[in-house]
Amino acid sequence: MLSSKDLLGLKDISKEEIELILSTAEAMKEILFRDIKKVPTLRGKSMVCLFYEPSTRTRTSFELAGKYMSADTVNISTSTSSVVKGETLRDTGRTIEAMGIDLVVIRHSCSGAPHMLAEEISASVINAGDGMHEHPTQALLDMFTIKEKKGRIEGLEVAIIGDILHSRVARSNIWGLKKMGANIRVCGPMPLIPPNISDLGVRVCSSVEEAVEGADVINVLRIQRERQDKGFFPSLREYAKIYGIDREKLKGAKEDVLVIHPGPVNRGVEITSEVIESSCAAIEEQVTNGVAVRMALLYLLLQGGAKGEGAN
Amino acid sequence: MALKEKARIMTAEKMARTLRRIAHEILEKNPDMENLVLVGIKRRGVPMAERLREHIELIEGVKIPLGILDITMYRDDLEAKNCSPEVNKSEINFSIEGKRVVLVDDVLYTGRTVRAALDALMDFGRPSAVQLAVLIDRGHREIPIRADYVGKNVPTSRNEVISVKVKEIDGVDEVLIHEKIPDEP
Repeated sequence: MLSSKDLLGLKDISKEEIELILSTAEAMKEILFRDIKKVPTLRGKSMVCLFYEPSTRTRTSFELAGKYMSADTVNISTSTSSVVKGETLRDTGRTIEAMGIDLVVIRHSCSGAPHMLAEEISASVINAGDGMHEHPTQALLDMFTIKEKKGRIEGLEVAIIGDILHSRVARSNIWGLKKMGANIRVCGPMPLIPPNISDLGVRVCSSVEEAVEGADVINVLRIQRERQDKGFFPSLREYAKIYGIDREKLKGAKEDVLVIHPGPVNRGVEITSEVIESSCAAIEEQVTNGVAVRMALLYLLLQGGAKGEGAN
Repeated sequence: MALKEKARIMTAEKMARTLRRIAHEILEKNPDMENLVLVGIKRRGVPMAERLREHIELIEGVKIPLGILDITMYRDDLEAKNCSPEVNKSEINFSIEGKRVVLVDDVLYTGRTVRAALDALMDFGRPSAVQLAVLIDRGHREIPIRADYVGKNVPTSRNEVISVKVKEIDGVDEVLIHEKIPDEP
């Protein structure tokens, strides 16, 4: 069972909880390959996706996860909601709770927004990305993909390459993977490496070659163009040349290296098309796994409470 | 709640004979082996189904398809228990469309597991017929469901627990009746 009604981040959940989510997701994945992709498990439950930032895969993934499990799902895009009239997050949360919602999936540009909402309402809250803080479901699907491909997480060498500073994906991955026993190296342009990142127990590498050396998994982060207006690196071309993952840079990694990317991909910037289409990349599978992981979370949070006993 | 052993109602040998008999009955009722498939309900229905398949293979020389069904997500007591019991993967790697499906479980009691299994099964397709085989029928049905093949009818009280043990999971083949004893206050 999960100890909280919410999933706000991987920093504060235990290894056992992560393992439970991953093993539940394994059972959920089977449903995605059926002819009839629907189970009645969450019949009568309702959830809202409340997104204050743009998203295709995360929002769609949550919505489909809910639908595949028979929950009623509603989307609120803030650009067409009362938010444009100045409604606060607290009031929006209370309003949708008053309509009887059981779970809110929230993405917000402010770090900590889901935490505030979780305290404000009794419905469950899932953090679908808050500012530069956490994106726990992305890290869970990354770990699910790693575990599926490698059979384990413990002891693996994982390199995270790119904009660590702005990346909530990186932070959630670091907290989650560390708990599961992986060793992590990070690499990116120096201005995009937070000064105290090594406090999280990761090794900072000064070159991509060093970071990739002997790696089992490479998690390539998206260059967030929307956050690059302060000139953290000279140009995308230069970034692509020095940090972009191509065939050549992969040579130093383990032969069976797994390359993952949270998407959306800037082809030819942080990763070449050649690598994306190669057999070592699992970017599309990550998306499939994302639905399974979110189904698992909805199940565990919405059925809530203590873990039950078997049938009979 | 403690459990006290009351009686052993089936030994390993008896269990083997019973399953062999059920295999014969299944074949008698379904002479068209082409469309016959077995689906075991997790957990102990699965080794039961595996053994039935072995018996059928010994008798007819044909290995029929075997699927595994996890019914957790179809249970009707999820809400009531306010819990999230562990879910496992269903593995039915063949089409059940137009097939004669024999559902296999260890104990038939309230019938609610079978109800859930039927719903779960229908989500995989539309079989031409579904039959039910159980090792033990202990009565106390709460919904109108009956088994087509029964290993042994065991009249029980609700205060009793039937524990079917199988080698694959419990290291031994036997069926025991336990009695629930309330804890001392």
